[in-house]
Amino acid sequence: MDILHNLIVGFGVAISPIHLLYALIGVMLGTLIGVLPGIGPVATIAMLLPITFNLSPVAALIMLAGIYYGAQYGGSTTAILVNIPGESASVVTCLDGYQMARQGRAGPALAVAALGSFFAGCVATLIIAVAAPPLAEVALKFGPAEYFSLMVFGLVAATVLAHGSLIKAIAMVVFGLLLGIIGTDVNSGVLRFTFDIPELSDGIGFVVVAMGMFGTAEIIANLEQGEKREIFTSTVKNLWPTKDDFKRAWPAVMRGTALGSFLGILPGGGALLSSFGAYTVEKKLSRHPEQFGKGAIEGVAGPESANNAGAQTSFIPMLTLGIPGNAVMALMIGALMIQGIAPGPQVMNEKPELFWGLIASMWVGNLMLVVLNLPLIGMWIKLLTVPYRYLYPSILVFMAIGVFSLSNNPFDVLIMAIFGVLGYICVKLECEPAPMILGFILGPLMEENLRRAMLLSRGDPTTFVTKPISAGFIIAALILLVIVALPALRKKREEVFAEETK
Amino acid sequence: MRIKSPKDFWAGLMFIGFGVFFMVWAITHYQMGTAVRMGPAYFPTMLGGLLAFLGLLVLIEAFAMEGPKVPRFAMRPLILISIGCVVYGYIMKPLGLVAATAALVFISAFGGHEFKWKEVTVLFLILIAFSILVFVKGLTLPFPICPAFIENCPIR
Repeated sequence: MDILHNLIVGFGVAISPIHLLYALIGVMLGTLIGVLPGIGPVATIAMLLPITFNLSPVAALIMLAGIYYGAQYGGSTTAILVNIPGESASVVTCLDGYQMARQGRAGPALAVAALGSFFAGCVATLIIAVAAPPLAEVALKFGPAEYFSLMVFGLVAATVLAHGSLIKAIAMVVFGLLLGIIGTDVNSGVLRFTFDIPELSDGIGFVVVAMGMFGTAEIIANLEQGEKREIFTSTVKNLWPTKDDFKRAWPAVMRGTALGSFLGILPGGGALLSSFGAYTVEKKLSRHPEQFGKGAIEGVAGPESANNAGAQTSFIPMLTLGIPGNAVMALMIGALMIQGIAPGPQVMNEKPELFWGLIASMWVGNLMLVVLNLPLIGMWIKLLTVPYRYLYPSILVFMAIGVFSLSNNPFDVLIMAIFGVLGYICVKLECEPAPMILGFILGPLMEENLRRAMLLSRGDPTTFVTKPISAGFIIAALILLVIVALPALRKKREEVFAEETK
Repeated sequence: MRIKSPKDFWAGLMFIGFGVFFMVWAITHYQMGTAVRMGPAYFPTMLGGLLAFLGLLVLIEAFAMEGPKVPRFAMRPLILISIGCVVYGYIMKPLGLVAATAALVFISAFGGHEFKWKEVTVLFLILIAFSILVFVKGLTLPFPICPAFIENCPIR
């Protein structure tokens, strides 16, 4: 068994003391920012990215990955106890989780969320181990035309799955692509859109953009909402769910895991989409849909399993194709590049200890989360009483240090502030920043592959539809667009999103 | 003609503005090249055009469909948080980490709802101690702690 052998190698890496330590730091940090509303994994990973320069590649990735899936665990705690999503993916957990807490059943809700997440994490780890190698094999045969079409498909999928207006989401992607090509043109050496500013010749740093759009913009938006946080102070007792809870929760956990694993692999997918999807499915399938919103345990078990599964399987396209499916994966690619590793299908063969070590660490990390989190819930609840007026200056200080340390240049901090303002404007105009970030990281890659493909085909644009794999991606992208553009389905999509965000 | 959806109206204008700017700048400043050998202007021109076109669609929609108003901008946090960050960046080298952190903490705290000198000062002291211990001593980031003009600084 090849996979077995590989997993043994992976576990060998993951359980070495130093990597255990970084996994622990990652999942604890992840839980922390998951519990705290107003700061998400994107901003946190962006903040820590410059620091990972001092770590080994394996340690860096293990820690950063831990932050992402750890945040999914932490987010549910806040959702259940405070009725505020600590993390955006736990928005739907508020609906039934908080109601359970009001009925004095916060303990079972927290336990089911944690156990469901653990189950989902184990399954998702296995899925990555099984699905990633064949995918990477296929990806090795990709030429520039295939890569270009794949990225088109990925970007289209990302916009289709985004909230709100489809045209605006596509426009944000294109805007991101344009911002991404600022800097030196690799082919001709020409400086593009640098306006004689020397700092721009290497392009705008991705970390800087992400911190502005997701960090400072988020803080400004939070500040205008004022401070209103009621903590559900009932002491958490009776952690263990009843037999009936188990009977109702486990099918939901299974369905949530399956759905989340699938939606996580899709470009544009990940934790957020998975939890929304799972809640809708549970409500549709339930024999007691009227209980939803009033403390149905399925409404906690399904989405919480799904968001953890989705968070983990979204690593698949990043690890095998080198293409990020969401903003967190874009940051992971950034982390790889800081370490001098070119992301892509070759990583698995050239750095097996990195690839399999990361996968094994996810399982180890999930185990840590379950073992540590349930006993530590009291501590996390205490943290929730820290007012936001202490938190946001601290977050700003860490962001500013992180950005400044990138190149010891105040210009980066200036750019972060500018993107903070831009991000805030986008929030006000209902333009999603996530598709823009995807476009931003893919911009240079797309141009490069487009140019190469056109050079190889001697300027014949039909190359994208005559090569079978490439044609498949283009057709899939077109189908997606047509489906969403159809009036009937478009209405349905808006309904689904409207219902979920209520 | 009445603007029915102000959010879409302004979003459309923003996209058109950026799209046209990138397109025109690319055409006038860089080589276009051919489809076989694309010059530096080719891709941005295409994208700029596409962005402007999409912006136009959003703009048309703003006149066709009812939509929500643009909510008020919270100018106080917007301005103070942004300025706090910029000041931090630009006084780091001449005045050092302590002054920069102080500026960022106090300016950004002014952007919040309530500002109490005592609270913010304590917060600043905790943050600066943490920054020095973890980032400068622990992770050995090359930040100056004290202003450049003070030669005998107690903390190095």
